[in-house]
Amino acid sequence: MEALEIARWQFGITTVYHFFFSPLTMGLSVLTAILHTFYYRTGSIDYKRLTKFFGKLFIIIFALGVVTGIVLEFQFGMAWSEYSRFVGDIFGIPLAIEALLAFFLESTFIAVWLFGWNRLPKGVHLLSIWLVAIGSNLSALWIIIANAWMQVPVGYILNEGRAELSDFVAVMLNEQMLVMAQHTIIAAFTTAGLFMLGISAWHILRKNQVEIFNKSARIALVFTVVSGLLVATTGHKHAQHTVKYQPMKMAAMEGLWESEQPASFSLFALIDQENQTTSRELKLPYMLTVLAYNNLTSEVRGLKDLQKEYEEAYGPGDYLPPVAVVYWSFRLMVGLGVLFILFAIAGIVQWWRNKLEVSRLYLRLATIIMFLPLLANSLGWIVAEMGRQPWIVYGLMLTRDGVSPNVSSGSMLLTTIVFTLIYGLLAAVAVYLVHRFAKPGVSGDDTVAHAY
Amino acid sequence: MDYQIIWFLLIAILFIGYFVLEGFDFGVGILLPFIAKDDVDRRVVINTIGPFWDANEVWLITAGGAMFAAFPHWYATLFSGFYIPLFLMLLALILRAVGFEFRSKMPQAWWRKTADQFIFWGSLLPALLWGVAFTNIVQGLPIGADMNFTGNLIAALNPYALLGGVVVVLIFMLHGALFLSLRTMDNLKERAEKIAKTMWWPIGIVTVLFAVLGYWNTVLFEGLGLVPGTLPTLALISFIACFVFMRLKMQGYAFASIALTIVLGTAVIFYGLFPNVMPSSLNEAYHLTIYNASSSQMTLKIMTIIALFFVPIVLAYQGWSYYIFARRIGRDAIPREEVR
Repeated sequence: MEALEIARWQFGITTVYHFFFSPLTMGLSVLTAILHTFYYRTGSIDYKRLTKFFGKLFIIIFALGVVTGIVLEFQFGMAWSEYSRFVGDIFGIPLAIEALLAFFLESTFIAVWLFGWNRLPKGVHLLSIWLVAIGSNLSALWIIIANAWMQVPVGYILNEGRAELSDFVAVMLNEQMLVMAQHTIIAAFTTAGLFMLGISAWHILRKNQVEIFNKSARIALVFTVVSGLLVATTGHKHAQHTVKYQPMKMAAMEGLWESEQPASFSLFALIDQENQTTSRELKLPYMLTVLAYNNLTSEVRGLKDLQKEYEEAYGPGDYLPPVAVVYWSFRLMVGLGVLFILFAIAGIVQWWRNKLEVSRLYLRLATIIMFLPLLANSLGWIVAEMGRQPWIVYGLMLTRDGVSPNVSSGSMLLTTIVFTLIYGLLAAVAVYLVHRFAKPGVSGDDTVAHAY
Repeated sequence: MDYQIIWFLLIAILFIGYFVLEGFDFGVGILLPFIAKDDVDRRVVINTIGPFWDANEVWLITAGGAMFAAFPHWYATLFSGFYIPLFLMLLALILRAVGFEFRSKMPQAWWRKTADQFIFWGSLLPALLWGVAFTNIVQGLPIGADMNFTGNLIAALNPYALLGGVVVVLIFMLHGALFLSLRTMDNLKERAEKIAKTMWWPIGIVTVLFAVLGYWNTVLFEGLGLVPGTLPTLALISFIACFVFMRLKMQGYAFASIALTIVLGTAVIFYGLFPNVMPSSLNEAYHLTIYNASSSQMTLKIMTIIALFFVPIVLAYQGWSYYIFARRIGRDAIPREEVR
């Protein structure tokens, strides 16, 4: 394998791995802050115990998000130095601001919160967990500003072989960023909601501290149902935006080889990239056009036409992303998203019928479904990133031109293997620790003065 | 003043902040196996830096981000050129963070020993690597016309660079010992004071040796005569002040003096480099300078406004976090538990 291939694997592995933990910490920080607020407002010891309980799980997951985040920031320069030279003038800004605005906030106040029990005025202590939640979600916003620019570059001019900033506001308020950030951040809330629901359900099933976990289950349900519905609406908006600005990605998401007017929505298909065909396809007529343009007549362009167009614009080359991967990742992600919404609504119905804590089937399902958002999140990233290929910056720079020219494939391979092994090991440790700390339920212990 | 100069200064300040702050928590991590006699001691030692180490590390992340934004070529050349050392550093920082975060999550002795190893090596290795890396930068690296590092990394491990690594490790250890003497009580405090006092002489000798050899080995003192200039002189004075304050049992001032030594020492490096950021050993025309490595004026200007607005806020709340956790930690602050 060439250095380029390995560098891509390394980046993909690190990003997807990081993205297992980050959405969970983004959402859990908000949920922990909500629990803490309940405690602050009611003074109820139950909420205090819940806050500490979910706070503990949050910290374990947070640690892994932090350590992989540093790798990501270093990786641009280490493995993708040509990319860094090309985009630094623009892409570096949100990264620097992310560190200055979000990481400092997060890392300082998480310590303040963790070490601040019984030491700080109650209001200040509550504020500190909210600042963690804000920092955590702000960091997502800034990194999405950076990523959105790779998807739909705006506010730049090309000068001396690189992209230079010409309009700061355009970069900050990139429409791509707006649709992407909403969708991603709210999906993180759903992820954490289902996580909290699953953990609560597990304890209710085992008849452990049922009264307390009923409370967290209900908070989680409301959180999940609201965020789940918003994930769907923002996702829809995101896709409509993609049709316009990244038609190739949309065509790959739909496995659409030929342009269609009106276009039908594909439910199932076997995709043959080599021969550029699709077989055994199951389609809903008109649906894609309806979804994409809110009408019955517009054309959705297919991969083959777009390939021709791109060749005219950018010269000969293969401009097709890996279609099957994008097609199936998208379908699975959407399917999972719908499942989450239906599942959360079912939970609300059970709650309304006063049957939430006795419906064993529902509770058992909740303990399984809590893992699926991690998959759905990763699939979403895969659609966004693989669907952009072969571009690293859409329309401006090819992925193959971004890699560091002076890092050997040997170095790249060695580091990729070691990172992957460490990630695997740490994931196993984190899962074990979350299980270990989740199992006994909330504790009455209120004496711990120091966190480490 | 050029925006390039402002950003060069800001990045220098970020690295100075990073070395001063992470310097003592690296030092504490390196001292951990030597200064603590049992698990309670070890937990006390770790808790002295518990609320700080993560935010201290963010100084590095911010320095990296700022470098990426303000000097993309500096960032790209440095990070791709030092691919393997930075990989080792990342590995060390990952294991170190995990060591801190997960150590007390399980009571088993083997678990905690492993975490202690992670913390020790995770503190030692980055300190060493920073010393080696910065020494290499001031020695000049084989950077070609395309701004890429062209040499091999074995050459980076030359004796003088390794000496630079040792100097950084030793100074951070002294810094850490003095920090511990301020944040602990009783036996731990006494041991920390003793370590600091004992270490001062050897550190002084090695550091002065390193600085003197710098005349022949680095670009820092080019054009200077026997008088090394204001910054190195002040660094030496503050280092001596550290010793005097230790003798006078004024630990707070001793800690401030060694912190000042680190500030001045790092300043010597950046001052000596200016206006270059990465001198090339192949050809002066290939030097990366603050001008040929920088972003556009517009980017630098916008970043300056953002920094002027937010850096004071960050400094204020980070300072506040040091203030609220300033109390000394004793053994009784660690909850009783059974260690198997």
